[in-house]
Amino acid sequence: MSDEGSFYQRDRSWHPPAFTPQYKTSILRSPQYPLLSLGNTASEMTGPVFGHDEIGPLDNDLIRNFAKTGDPIGQRIIVYGRVLDENARPVPGALLEFWQANAGGRYRHKKETYLAPIDPNFGGCGRTITDGEGRYWFRTIKPGAYPWPNGVNDWRPAHIHFSVFGHAFAQRLITQMYFDGDPMIWQCPIVQTIPDKAAIEQLVAALDRSVTLPMDALAHKFDIVLRGRRSTLFENRMEGN
Amino acid sequence: MVQSLRRLKESPSQTAGPYVHIGATPNWVEITGVWKEDLGLVLVGPETKGERIILKGRVFDGSGIPLKDALVEIWQADSDGLYNSPQEKRGKADPHFTGWGRQPTDGTTGEYRFETIKPGRVPYPDGRLMAPHITFWIVARGINIGLHTRMYFGDEEAANAECPVLARIEHKVRVPTLIASRPEENGMPTYTFDIHLQGEKETVFFDI
Repeated sequence: MSDEGSFYQRDRSWHPPAFTPQYKTSILRSPQYPLLSLGNTASEMTGPVFGHDEIGPLDNDLIRNFAKTGDPIGQRIIVYGRVLDENARPVPGALLEFWQANAGGRYRHKKETYLAPIDPNFGGCGRTITDGEGRYWFRTIKPGAYPWPNGVNDWRPAHIHFSVFGHAFAQRLITQMYFDGDPMIWQCPIVQTIPDKAAIEQLVAALDRSVTLPMDALAHKFDIVLRGRRSTLFENRMEGN
Repeated sequence: MVQSLRRLKESPSQTAGPYVHIGATPNWVEITGVWKEDLGLVLVGPETKGERIILKGRVFDGSGIPLKDALVEIWQADSDGLYNSPQEKRGKADPHFTGWGRQPTDGTTGEYRFETIKPGRVPYPDGRLMAPHITFWIVARGINIGLHTRMYFGDEEAANAECPVLARIEHKVRVPTLIASRPEENGMPTYTFDIHLQGEKETVFFDI
């Protein structure tokens, strides 16, 4: 019964491998030994939880949470979706953190030197906790594309970074969301670290006109899937499904 | 055609990038006033039970240079070996200890540093006790999927010798990559745990 309620193993052919030489920094930052497979113990099946009391009222509003003299410049958007597990069950109470560049592709970070200006009214960070049905949403400015010193002419597609805490440390995940229709998605060495086209498409958010606020903000839907738990067979009930 | 199992696929990981601090530790990169304090910087308070310790170290790339843009998270049990998590079924953990911490590596020296407590022992699924350990998760630019490892304590030789997880490491010469030494610094027990992503001293990383 040692596997009771443990998480499905990660499909590491779906995730990017560690060594992806077209993304140059990965060359010296990728382990060369194989990972040691470890069945889940209590150390992996537990994880920190965060309360709604730790979250401020503007934490999911990047249009307002750093504003000093007015709204930031750029295309107003809403990003919303659900956090689910692989059994398609909602993950309530999940902490999501997100960060991004401004409309011109400039990050507010002391090590950033891109010549596009910072926006005095845009910080670029937000966070929220999923509700009882695993839903979340936030409001922001659509980030711009961004050049980076990988190849001599490499540009990141518009993207928002996501950090997700599920219910267990085994589910911990950081990923990036891209915008449907952006031609740069398919030219990006970081996107291309993911070997499977269908896996890349899982990170591309659809434009959702049914949630768009007329005369105000476009909307994009982005669902996130975390690892699911095994069923406990031959007990009183199936726990995972 | 057989019936579909209809499971969803996990969202694929992507690198945290060089500016992970904007989202994880915004105050640390001078994005102030959005939220009051960065999560995970402080683990212990005056009421936390257990022996206070410092954990510190650096994360090295394959050329031996420390990463100055990494983010290190730790997750650990309390001094009785219980996790402060709703998924903990064995008892109630110390309410004054969250067990989770997060620190960036220093932009100049590459050092990370946590003040925490020494954890108690936690059972392996078959009931044997694992040696006291702290789970680490490392993300950074150039790391496509977060790396999991564990830190064990150099002064727990007997427990380390019988730990069922350390016993799974086939190449015994690699076991010391998970064990932190304990010199005292200013009267505080201070464990140094350096992580090597690649090369001769490569740390053991887990698929958990």
